[in-house]
Amino acid sequence: MNLITPDTGLLFWMVVIFGLVFFLLWKFGFPIITEMVDKRNAAIRKSLKDAHEIEVQMAGMMAEHAQMLEDARKEQAQILREAADTRNKLIADAKVQAQEEAAKILAEARTEIAAEKEAALRDVRREVAVLSVSIAEKILRKELSDGDEQRDYIDRMVEETVREQAHS
Amino acid sequence: MIRAWLISLLLLVPSPALLVQDDNSSVILGEAAGGVEESQEEDVDIAEIIFEHIGDDYEWHIFSWGEKHVSLHLPVIVHSSTGWHVFSSKRLEHGESYEGLKIDPEKGKIVEVDSGKRPFDISITKNVLSLMMSSLLLLVVILLTARWYRKHDVMNESPTGIAALMEPLVMMVHDMARENIGEEDYRRYSPFLCMAFLFILLNNFLGIMPFFPGGANLTGNIAITLVLSLCTFFTVNLTGTKHYYKDIFNPDVPVFLKPIMPIIEVFSALMKPVSLTIRLFANMLAGHIMILCMVCLIFIMAKYGAVLTGSMTVVSVLFGVFLDALECLVAFIQAYVFTMLSSIYIGLARAHGE
Repeated sequence: MNLITPDTGLLFWMVVIFGLVFFLLWKFGFPIITEMVDKRNAAIRKSLKDAHEIEVQMAGMMAEHAQMLEDARKEQAQILREAADTRNKLIADAKVQAQEEAAKILAEARTEIAAEKEAALRDVRREVAVLSVSIAEKILRKELSDGDEQRDYIDRMVEETVREQAHS
Repeated sequence: MIRAWLISLLLLVPSPALLVQDDNSSVILGEAAGGVEESQEEDVDIAEIIFEHIGDDYEWHIFSWGEKHVSLHLPVIVHSSTGWHVFSSKRLEHGESYEGLKIDPEKGKIVEVDSGKRPFDISITKNVLSLMMSSLLLLVVILLTARWYRKHDVMNESPTGIAALMEPLVMMVHDMARENIGEEDYRRYSPFLCMAFLFILLNNFLGIMPFFPGGANLTGNIAITLVLSLCTFFTVNLTGTKHYYKDIFNPDVPVFLKPIMPIIEVFSALMKPVSLTIRLFANMLAGHIMILCMVCLIFIMAKYGAVLTGSMTVVSVLFGVFLDALECLVAFIQAYVFTMLSSIYIGLARAHGE
């Protein structure tokens, strides 16, 4: 059969042409294409991996960021609260101190007033004594002309003075 | 697969084949049925038509316009007992002889007029010319693709034009090689597998094309498929590992099997290229024959009257379209199967002991 016997001419040409084309493409064709595409595939794989890593990092950073915001907000609230507390305490302290001060001033004023009063009273008493002595002198100068009466009067005066002495 | 093809072939062909072989009865049938035809119209010799299309030839018949035949006369290069002869095949037309050579009408090959012997014949036949053109096309296409990759920065550009066309095909085979041969040394074998795949694919499609640059039945020719599978055979057996040869000549089997196993293994190694050869050859040949039969059916039916011819034409065209679509599928599948089996055979020969 013609169909299933390989023809020598065609065999010869096939070996020559196929061999030649294969050699050329082996040297200058396929390896260049496959190498480049493999290189690109590797690069794509690497970029995808990098992108994924970055994504993970980004997610981490986002979480961190949110955490930081939350922390800052908490801190702010705390600081505000503390400030309010401090202010209130300061005011309260100041009030207390002012009251104490006022009380002290009042007390001092009171003692001073008392002292002044005492001094004034003493002065008045002295004046009164001087006056009464002088009045007494004058009265005595006029009244002591009569003897009995004088004696009565002197007794009464002494008595009064003693009583007064005992009083004070 | 081959058997399936042959069975379907047998189922489809019988009636026209019988009609053609029995000339007298077909003429009688023709007269009885139509009665219009005088014997002006020759019987359609379906076998001749089919064998002209699937076989090799010293000229390339392009088309006929009425009585005028346009064909390419290809150079004859032979070494006969009288030395080298190079001349145009036009001189051997219609059985004429030239320089003591003629085309044997039965074999369709050049023989010496005196002795009837076949000279050493390396003529540029239809198949050889088709082989040259398709190889040149493949060479140019792949070199242009490689040039694209050399001129462009692949890291920043996606392939365009011819590179975008060829990259998926080349990378498909490259990845197949990696899967079947292994990460270690698939790079050494990938060019051969790419070459085999693209060569078979290109020639399969050119074979389906019904007009000039295509139309030669190259991958349906046993010489071509034989060379391809021998390439695989030598690649497998010349680069096999120690482990591969140990499995052939001294496998780990019970002692009483030791003498038998090498015979079986060697036979199996020899049968692999044979199966590759015949699978591709028979598949492509069968596909071509089926399509040709469908087309010829129209012309056979021409003498049985308008109704039969018309209906048969519709059926033939529908079947022809179906078969052509099927052939496109088969063209790819066969190229893929050949390459995949080659890579699996190479992978087996690269096996390392566990």
